[in-house]
Amino acid sequence: MNNVPDKQPSNQAKNQLFNSLTKSVAGLAILVVLLLGLVLLVVFQPEISKRFNATTSETSPKNPEPLTDFTTELVDGKDVETGLLAGEGLELVKANCTACHSSALILQNRFTREGWHERIVWMQETQGLWELGGNESIILDYLAANYAPEAPKGRRVPLTGIEWYELKD
Amino acid sequence: MSNADNINPKKIKSQSKNRRAFLQKSSMAAISAFLGANIVHAATMPKGYIPVALPADFDPMKGKSEGMIIRNEKPWNVEPAPHLLNDAITPFASIFIRNNGLIPKDVDAANWTLTIGGESAVQEKTYTLDELKKKFKAYTYQLTLECGGNGRASFYPPASGNQWEEGAVYCSEWTGVRLKDVLADVGVKHDAVYIGYYGKDKHLNGDPNKVVISRGAPIAKAMQDETLLAWALNGKDIPLAHGYPLRLVCGGWPASVSGKWLHKLVIRNQVHDGEKMMGDAYRVPKYPVAPGEKVPDEDMKIIESMPVKSIITYPKSGAMFSTSKKLSVRGHAWAGEQEVSAMEVSTDFGATWKKCTLKKPVNRLAWQQWSIELSFPETGYYEIWAKATDDQGISQPMVIPGWNPKGYLNNACHRIAVKVS
Repeated sequence: MNNVPDKQPSNQAKNQLFNSLTKSVAGLAILVVLLLGLVLLVVFQPEISKRFNATTSETSPKNPEPLTDFTTELVDGKDVETGLLAGEGLELVKANCTACHSSALILQNRFTREGWHERIVWMQETQGLWELGGNESIILDYLAANYAPEAPKGRRVPLTGIEWYELKD
Repeated sequence: MSNADNINPKKIKSQSKNRRAFLQKSSMAAISAFLGANIVHAATMPKGYIPVALPADFDPMKGKSEGMIIRNEKPWNVEPAPHLLNDAITPFASIFIRNNGLIPKDVDAANWTLTIGGESAVQEKTYTLDELKKKFKAYTYQLTLECGGNGRASFYPPASGNQWEEGAVYCSEWTGVRLKDVLADVGVKHDAVYIGYYGKDKHLNGDPNKVVISRGAPIAKAMQDETLLAWALNGKDIPLAHGYPLRLVCGGWPASVSGKWLHKLVIRNQVHDGEKMMGDAYRVPKYPVAPGEKVPDEDMKIIESMPVKSIITYPKSGAMFSTSKKLSVRGHAWAGEQEVSAMEVSTDFGATWKKCTLKKPVNRLAWQQWSIELSFPETGYYEIWAKATDDQGISQPMVIPGWNPKGYLNNACHRIAVKVS
């Protein structure tokens, strides 16, 4: 009965020493893994380090430039590379629009000339699209001609040509 | 919104010269969009301007309401905007004009005769107008006549023909003798199945021997009390464009059954096979078809009774008013051979419907007047949709009904736009 209380303190000390040793080793290992991960991340994802370093990146991006290295091969009236319809202005559209985004953005949309112009202005104001100069009207003509809203095909189309008037009586 | 604003009368003039070539070249969609606009303005052209195709001595637009829409001026096809049809009895000014050929110019009412014959007539008999008036009892009925192609403009793929919108329908008061009384006088053989008419209109190609249109109706329709050989419309001689001096009037059926400038009737022992009775003319598929589907002629059936339909005649679409206004909405409803038993309107695109007050028809085959007072507590854009239900429980569809090759029988709900501020 007496021995038991004597032995217990020495066992407890041993256990405590072992516990704290394993804990600190595990902590160190985790630290090493984390550091290694950070190093690997920086090596393989260089943008992250750039973002951390460059404080002026928001205001001075490297401006995108019109594409120059594309080929235009037409099959069935469509550009093989982009699926865009053949027509005057196709080259300019490819050079200026698909430099940044897929032609799918054009192919899945239908706007009037005005509507397409609004998209261009929006891209210039917020997306870094450059001034199109004299090419703008050619591009708009192409888009308005080839990707205009289609005739409504619904079972009841919206009412049009309403002549609004004040109802007097 | 519409092209109409950009088209001046001068342009119309050169366009009408080139109409033939233009019609041949254009797609139907383009025609409806372009011609629709063109023609709206044609109706309000400066006075004194004579379209190329218009014979200088007769102007079917004379006396017609302002706001009539000319769909074609050779042959003449004209329809009113819906708000012009507000009267219970349509005045001459707002009656649509439908022609397959040229309106006859050489009508001599004093010497006009009607000859009735055909395989199933006991004898051939000829009556002068005076004889018809004296020999038989005269009756007066208000009869709804609607073009089989009224509403064609809304079909997709587009159907060829005049691109009628809502206005190719009217209900005027006809006076004449019952066809059945005259047929009894002639004698009808037991094998009779159909009657067919012949008028005096001229073919567009100028061939005097070519029949423009010769349609008709089964004997049962011919024998109805309301089927008339009429000489008066709204108490006066029938206007020339509407069949002067004698017209067969068969209310509730496509208006083409009501032969104008009537001078010959045939009692047939078979379904009448006159011009515009065969092929796909005034016929629809016997079974539902997919939009754009080719339908063989033998699978097409003759249109008889017109389907249930209604129109909003007040207010004119585009009315703007305030939230305090109680808006009175009015119109007509009709259902071919049937009577309309219920009328409803919706201001929330069909989510809820409000029951309208609906009058009984003055007589069988007359359209019925309906009305309702609406409140709009919230400001904004609304559409008022109108839906009639006939005594068979059949209602108007909200969407365009089944597509058919010639674009007939569009009885979709009529709707107008209003703005509440």
